[in-house]
Amino acid sequence: MTTLPSISTELQEPSAAVEHEEHGDFRLFGLVLFLVADGMTFAGLFAAYLTFRAVNPLPTGGIYELELLLPTINTVLLVLSSFTFHRSAKLLRAENSSGCRLWLMITVALGVAFLVSQMREYFTLPFGLTSNLYASTFYVLTGFHGLHVSLGVMLMLIVWWQARQGGSITSHQHFGLEAAELYWHFVDGIWVVLFGIIYLL
Amino acid sequence: MTTTTSSPSPGLFDGPEPEDWRRYFGFSLDHKVIGIQYLVTSFFFYLVGGVLAGMIRTELTTPISDFLSREAYNEVLTLHGTIMIFLWIVPVVNGAFGNYLVPFYVGARDMAFPRLNAIAFWLIPPAGVMLITSYFIGGASQSGWTAYPPLSLTTPAAGQLVWIFSVILLGGSSILGGINFIATILKLRRPGLKLMELPMYCWAMLGTSILVVLSTPVLAGTLILLAFDIVAHTGFFNPGQGGNVVVYQHLFWFYSHPAVYIMVLPAFGLVSEILPVHSRKPLFGYTTMVYSILAIVFLGLIVWAHHMFTSGTPPWMRLFFTIATSFIAVPTGIKFFNWLATLWGGRIALNSAMLFACAFIVNFVLGGITGVALAQVPFDIHVHDTYFVVAHFHYIVYGGTVFVIFSSIYHWYPKFTGKMLDERLGLLHFALTFIGFNLCFGPQHWLGINGMPRRVAEYDPQFTLLNQISSVGALLMALSTLPFLYNVIASYFKGKVAGDNPWRALTSEWLTSSPPPVENWHGPAPHVRHPYGYGAEPQP
Amino acid sequence: MVVVSLVVAIILIGLWVGSDSSLLPVQASLNAPLYDQLFRVLYSIGTILFLGVFGVLIYSLIRFRRRAGDVSDGAATEGNLPLEIVWTAIPAVVVLFVGLYSYNIYDRMGGMTSLGDHGGMHSMEAMTAMDQRPAGEVWGGIGTATGLTPATTVDVTAMQFAFIFSYPSSNIISGELHVPVGQPVELHMKANDVIHAFWVPQFRLKQDIIPGQPTVLAFTPTREGTYPIICAELCGPYHGGMRTSVVVHGQDAYEQWLKQNSPDPVAA
Repeated sequence: MTTLPSISTELQEPSAAVEHEEHGDFRLFGLVLFLVADGMTFAGLFAAYLTFRAVNPLPTGGIYELELLLPTINTVLLVLSSFTFHRSAKLLRAENSSGCRLWLMITVALGVAFLVSQMREYFTLPFGLTSNLYASTFYVLTGFHGLHVSLGVMLMLIVWWQARQGGSITSHQHFGLEAAELYWHFVDGIWVVLFGIIYLL
Repeated sequence: MTTTTSSPSPGLFDGPEPEDWRRYFGFSLDHKVIGIQYLVTSFFFYLVGGVLAGMIRTELTTPISDFLSREAYNEVLTLHGTIMIFLWIVPVVNGAFGNYLVPFYVGARDMAFPRLNAIAFWLIPPAGVMLITSYFIGGASQSGWTAYPPLSLTTPAAGQLVWIFSVILLGGSSILGGINFIATILKLRRPGLKLMELPMYCWAMLGTSILVVLSTPVLAGTLILLAFDIVAHTGFFNPGQGGNVVVYQHLFWFYSHPAVYIMVLPAFGLVSEILPVHSRKPLFGYTTMVYSILAIVFLGLIVWAHHMFTSGTPPWMRLFFTIATSFIAVPTGIKFFNWLATLWGGRIALNSAMLFACAFIVNFVLGGITGVALAQVPFDIHVHDTYFVVAHFHYIVYGGTVFVIFSSIYHWYPKFTGKMLDERLGLLHFALTFIGFNLCFGPQHWLGINGMPRRVAEYDPQFTLLNQISSVGALLMALSTLPFLYNVIASYFKGKVAGDNPWRALTSEWLTSSPPPVENWHGPAPHVRHPYGYGAEPQP
Repeated sequence: MVVVSLVVAIILIGLWVGSDSSLLPVQASLNAPLYDQLFRVLYSIGTILFLGVFGVLIYSLIRFRRRAGDVSDGAATEGNLPLEIVWTAIPAVVVLFVGLYSYNIYDRMGGMTSLGDHGGMHSMEAMTAMDQRPAGEVWGGIGTATGLTPATTVDVTAMQFAFIFSYPSSNIISGELHVPVGQPVELHMKANDVIHAFWVPQFRLKQDIIPGQPTVLAFTPTREGTYPIICAELCGPYHGGMRTSVVVHGQDAYEQWLKQNSPDPVAA
């Protein structure tokens, strides 16, 4: 071992005092970065959709009037589910694990209701995936988002199971729940943008 | 300022890992093992990509298409581009050196997410193997690494889909890596270590990772749309169904221009580590170096359409992208002048690492000058899609990044293995590479200006001589890998023992044994306040 | 003094190198001299920069090489703000100049004329183009800024792996492009299958031909002769073979070619 005198090194305290909680922060930070990346995927798809709309005019009759009622209900469902999830997380921190699981289940129910209603919309639309450019973009965008919702519902079910009595998620150890909640808010936020761009614009 | 713990939580490594060579073949969580896994795997793909380049140069020794079938030629050029970018350069400068060095530089014992790190690496071999086997089974993609529709919709679908799937996997690997680097650099720093005390490579990796996280997902989304067009017969990029092919180009280059910076920014970082050590002087202008990296990141995101000056972009767009692209030369120029100032007045050891690093400066300046020229719309309109462009980007990615990769291997091999590389073989390697490289790509500037388009298997016979010179250069480059390979293998077994710090360097990877122990330092992590503090105190 | 004379020498070498245009193919359109002017300026600036960096690098490597047994460090210079400002400012000024200059060149080539815009200075060709082809959006391209109504209009169809030129005024369909010297020519280009590109190195012109997006390309040939037309965008296996010629005739020869190749006058 040769060390050089010109190096200014300070000795660090031995790494005994490692805090566990801080690693939770890391993972959440990592998740945020992942969601930024995921958001960029959506941003790319949105940009493609908007450009197609702007520069590739469809032949007359090519643009379908989307029904607004069902998607609006869907939007309400999803926004509501963000609040119920938030409440669930708050209850967990208040050491009320059964309340937490109840509100989590309500969130799951809202998510499933969203998916069912989205399916219903798919089956009643007058156009299919390959009908035209507009139709294709519609299905790919909503489908990609639907995939995210499905994943979110699965995550919630896992968290629901882990939050049971004696499970790995407790009021002190709740990274899983927090992560799922953050993800769910993200999916929710994406929907609001998507709803604005596809249905309202 | 965020301060967090600098060491991984207990239980990070579940179960004992093998300590011997076997750990390099398993799902190791040690950042150094993963770094070496990246390096060796990518080097294998470099050799594959090199063989493909050799096939291209062999075909081009004659002006007629006589060596490969025309379809096979297009497959070869597609694979060459894809492999060299996604399986060699990006994984090496980010994955290999990033994983090995960044935890040292931030004073940590591993990356922020070791498991994610291992997953990111293990996505690469299957993606690469899939891509290569597609050549033998049913044919690889034939539409170039850019995969422009509608060509990519009309060439055989199987190869194109394999290509899309591989690139999405590799992009995913890259994103996971990028997330890990950002978290490691911002959150895992040793307590008290300030951002402005970090070695320059950390800043380069931070900037690169931001680009990766922001731009790679867009490529993934685009390729999903392309896959839909092929599989489900949607018409996003199919003009026959009302689609728009230029939208693909915008989305593709939104990733693929930043991809150039994803390949060169880490190289800039590595050079900033190597030059001060071997010239025994502090890195000149640390602060301006940091800001120029950030400027390159920002500008890199808004210049993509300069790849599309002949694609029917509106005039205002051409003007904007010309100006934005030209201005990238400013922060890049700062870095080069600062490197020269670092050398000025130093005690320069002209070893292999340094020769490759200095040759990088020469090559990259040339590539940068042609780059500024290419940013000018009227100039580009003539030479776009010609061998001039081929020459330009090989000067950037080979003359720039690959030279830095070799420089870095000569510089850090003693740390990786505990043995020194043989200097004489290093000099031979350098001479062959430098001469071969310039012989190969120098004449291509002229070819492009005078009428040879890129991606062709046959050409005007008046260009035969220069193409043959170029092929001879390629042959020299191929030969240059032999002394290198011999050197890294032989030195591993019977090289001179390096000791902990053969270069008397100041950064923290040298303040431990060679190779370093599993958690990097035997004792506590050192706090290196002045990674470039050469000449600060009188030497003993 | 030595430094100054070296700098002057490098600049002179740069200017001398830039004045040599033997690197470029012959000039055969109004665009070409403009292009070559830009090329020479860029070449001069590039040479000066390259020689400067290269010279300083080689000088440093020799002058500051480490002697055997020397274990001392260099000076602890960590930076020099005024110096760094200088070498931020110089490239900034250079690229600003290059950008403005190339914009000027591009404008003189007619490139800034928005082909869909009716109000521009040089939009007469564009207006004609719009009149003739109301269907479909016409984007991009580049027009020679002569301001003359184009004498010759040719429809170009690109397909795997050929160009087809048809002359709407005389019903000629040809695999080669024939144009008269000294007169503006306007190509209306469309692609049938994949993206192709129309490139004539001697005209210093290139334009992608994009399926689903008709494009206009205008130029004025200035030199009689036969020049290659090259497809510059990867378009499939025979991409390298997708080439033909443009023949620039004198006025009389062009008339004769038209007469000889016109199909039965019944069609006209």
